[in-house]
Order: sequence, then structure tokens, then C-alpha cells
Amino acid sequence: MRDVVIIGIGQTAVGEHWDRSIRDLAAEAIAKARADAGVERADVLYVGNMASGALCGQENLGTLVGDAAGLLPIEAVKIEAACASGGAAVRAAWLAVAGGTHDYALAVGVEKMTDLLTDGVTSALATAADADYEAGHGVSFVALNAMLMRRYMHEHGARREEFAPLAVLAHANAAHNPHALYRQPITAAEFAASPLVADPIGILDSAAICDGAAAVLLAPASEARRTRRPAVRIAASTCVTDTVGLAQRRDPLVWEAVGAGARRAYTEAKVGPRDIDLFELHDAFTIVSALALEACGFADRGHALKLAAEGRLARDGDLPICTLGGLKGRGHPVGASGAYQIVEVAQQLRGEAGAAQVKGARTGMAQSVGGSGSVAVTHILQV
Amino acid sequence: MELPRYHRLRGALYRLEGSACHACDARAFPARATCAACGARDAAPFAFSGRGTLWSFARVAQAPRGFASVAPYAVGMVRLAEGPLVTAQLADVEGVDLAIGMEMEMTTRKIRDAQENGFIVYGYKFRPSLRPAAQAGPMPQTSAAPVSGPAPRGGGA
Repeated sequence: MRDVVIIGIGQTAVGEHWDRSIRDLAAEAIAKARADAGVERADVLYVGNMASGALCGQENLGTLVGDAAGLLPIEAVKIEAACASGGAAVRAAWLAVAGGTHDYALAVGVEKMTDLLTDGVTSALATAADADYEAGHGVSFVALNAMLMRRYMHEHGARREEFAPLAVLAHANAAHNPHALYRQPITAAEFAASPLVADPIGILDSAAICDGAAAVLLAPASEARRTRRPAVRIAASTCVTDTVGLAQRRDPLVWEAVGAGARRAYTEAKVGPRDIDLFELHDAFTIVSALALEACGFADRGHALKLAAEGRLARDGDLPICTLGGLKGRGHPVGASGAYQIVEVAQQLRGEAGAAQVKGARTGMAQSVGGSGSVAVTHILQV
Repeated sequence: MELPRYHRLRGALYRLEGSACHACDARAFPARATCAACGARDAAPFAFSGRGTLWSFARVAQAPRGFASVAPYAVGMVRLAEGPLVTAQLADVEGVDLAIGMEMEMTTRKIRDAQENGFIVYGYKFRPSLRPAAQAGPMPQTSAAPVSGPAPRGGGA
């Protein structure tokens, strides 16, 4: 296996891009990543996307995006792993380069969600759940997470307002990210008063519907000198799965795939949780952040909310998370989010995160989760 | 979901039919051809009693397409007496102070809006138990571990 580095990163602003299509967004991110690297060559393209079929009536996405980016006849396929699709596309590119099949591999994560009205998007997102035994009964993806949150509150005696610091932090961090969807801060009082989507989950627990694309260009470490920017090494890349149906888990509050993915990544990168300088986690809902922090070894079971309450997850804390806003603040164009996370960790490790910069960051982790903890793609990056 | 799909799921929808593994006696809902507990491929249909306790619940305000006419509605996860968890809509809970741990029982109800072809889909929902446990007789016994446990996994560092 060869050492692999990220030599180029690119991203569109996250937003409601009413005038832009899925191909426009992906092509912009790809063009920016290639320009950032200053490298023309691209041997393969992996398009991470969750639901273009349901959201845009468009499949055959690898080819569509390859064409839009002016890359034909490049080898190109879509990579789908629900909300972890963007991370999975980066991993596919890593596999291609690490294994020696390709030298210059592009991965782009893209999602265009605003072509449908909210009920259509809710149905499309529910395809990440079990169609026969969850979604087919009207159990939306939000509802599944709401049941997790209620059970968590029941088992650990947590109150709803204790989840507020996670959302408040995401918005505070997003204020420093010019690409973020929400650049305005929110308060704990606003969190408490926000309307419920699926009780106990409120609007401000949840990442919003939006559009966006982010891309990276990978190459063997031996080619790193050809790039204009500091190369960021991919020290670990893992993908672990669990049951799609939440009810089929031994304990739905223990996200085994998420935990195993992180532990395997620590081993690969020869680091431990204490060595992680920043963690871009999958904060699709505040409960997901709590479960991920516990599964990945940053908090004991039932104790994740304390980390948030004590300010330890802030930029100057011992485990900064969602440093450029996370899914909640930057926005969660579902199949793109995993790629945004990688781009943002690279920004931090290169020292290019501006006012959001985590000082002295050398090791960052990004974890993209699909379904309710049913697939986890974890990367550790280093400079 | 379209009609052929509901037809395929009729055993589960109308009878809460899952499977029982002949090799290890584990029960599964939904039915599994390969046992999650022991890996054997020797399962037979098994109809659950429909009795259990509420593991968690939520109220859905923003309904997916096809569920607008039944919204807002409550959904829950119910720990069946035989072990597995099942996810479903809850029925007859208007004005009921739902609580984790309360006794529930299966009932057959309309699952979603009538579709364009006019078909109405019926299936299992769960409602608060009409009879207290003492009068309902002993809970169904099973010697088996629930099959809701994880399948054997590779690696895991």
C-alpha cells in the first residue's frame, strides 16, 4: 500500500442553490480542487451522492458529473452509502491510489436537495432507513433519531436543554466559515423554543435541507512535491457497517459501527483519541453527536453532553468539533457532507481556516455516518 | 410503497410474522433467512404474540409523502415479549401520556393514505395494552436470546 496525500481541495458555498443543478455544483467543486492542486491530471472520479435518484430523478451520476467537469472519458462511478456517501467516495479514491490502480483520484461529494418540496425530501432521506420495516410505516429518519434521543434522555436522565450547547457551538463556528449555510449565532433559549420536527427533536437539533458539493484530489505521497499547497496525509481510512434497521441492534444507543470505525482508524494511524486535535463528526442531529462522541472513546456512555457543557468541544477546548460549523452550521447536503468534512480538516491542518483555525492542529479526524449509525466512514488526516 | 411490496410483506404486516431459527431457537423480526445469532440458514416462520413494552417513541409532525392524512402521528419501538424490537406507528394514543416501559399490544390499522390506485394499506400498529398484564396471563415464554443482536462482524479493531 502506498501513502496517499490530499493535494487539492474545493467546495461550493452550502445553501439553497435554486438556480444551480447537481452537475453545476459538482463541477464547481471539482474545478476548485484541481485549481487548488495546480495539477491537471485526473485518472478516476468517484461521485459521492446519497439520493440523486429520489431527489433529482437522476442516476448515472458518475458519467453526468464527469461530463459536466470536462473529464470525459474518465473512469467515473457514483458511490452511495446514505449520508456517509461523501466520505465513502473519498475512501474509494484512497483505495484506488493506495492500491496503485490510479495515481490521481478525484472524489466529489454532492447533493441537490432543493429540487423537491419538504415532504419529498423527507421521503428521500427515509431511504437511508429500512424501507420495509421503518420508512414504509411512516417512520421518518427524524423520527428514528427522535426515538434515540428520548431513550437516551430516559436512560441517562438528560434533559432536552442539555443538548443545546452542541447546536449553539455549531452555529458559533459556522459564523467564521464563508461557505457555511448558517452564519448567524443561536442561543440556548432559541434552541429551547424552536419548533419540534419529531418530538423531542426540534428544528435547531437538526441539520437543514440544502445543496452543496466538495471535492478532493488525491495522489501518492511521492507526488506531493508537485502540488502548490501543503500536502495532507491520509493516515487512516476505514468503513464499518451495522444493521440498517435500528431495531435490529443489540442496543440501539451503542453505535458499534461508529465505534469500531474509529478504533480501527486509531490503530491504522497509530494514534489514540487523545491525539486527535479536531474532530469533524456527523452532527446531523444533536443526539448523533452525543452517540458518536461516546462510541469513538471521547466520553463514557451517557457522559457526552458534559463535554459540551464544559466547553471542551469549542475551538480552544481539548477536543474541538465541527470547527467550521459541522452539519448543523455549515449545512448538510447529505451525500456531500462527508467530503466537506475532509476538506475542512485539510483546511485546518494546512492552517487555512482563518478565524476558525484550531491552533497547532496536526492530526484531525473526520467521520461520516450513514443511516442511524448503520455505516461509518472514518478518516484520520495528518500533516 | 406500492402494492406488490405490501403483498410481499403480508405475513409481517397482518400476523407480525418473523422467524425462528431451528438451530439456536433465536427469534427474529423481521424474518431472517440467515440467523443473526448463530449464522445458520434454517429458519421457519414464527408469529409473535404482539405483546411488549414501549422502548421509545416520538411524535411525527413533518410526515413523509403518503402519510399526510394520518399526521401528526406517534411512532414507537416496542420490545416484544419474545425479545426483538419492532418499529411501528402507535394507535389510540391521543390524549395518552406515553411513557417508556408501558405495556403495548399489536393492532391492525390503516398504515398510510390511500394510494392513487385506491388501495389502502393495512398492517400492524401498537396501542397501549387494553388488559393489565395480570389478567392477560403469563407472557409468552422463550428460552432464546433475542435475535436483535448483531451479526458476526469482521475485524473491529
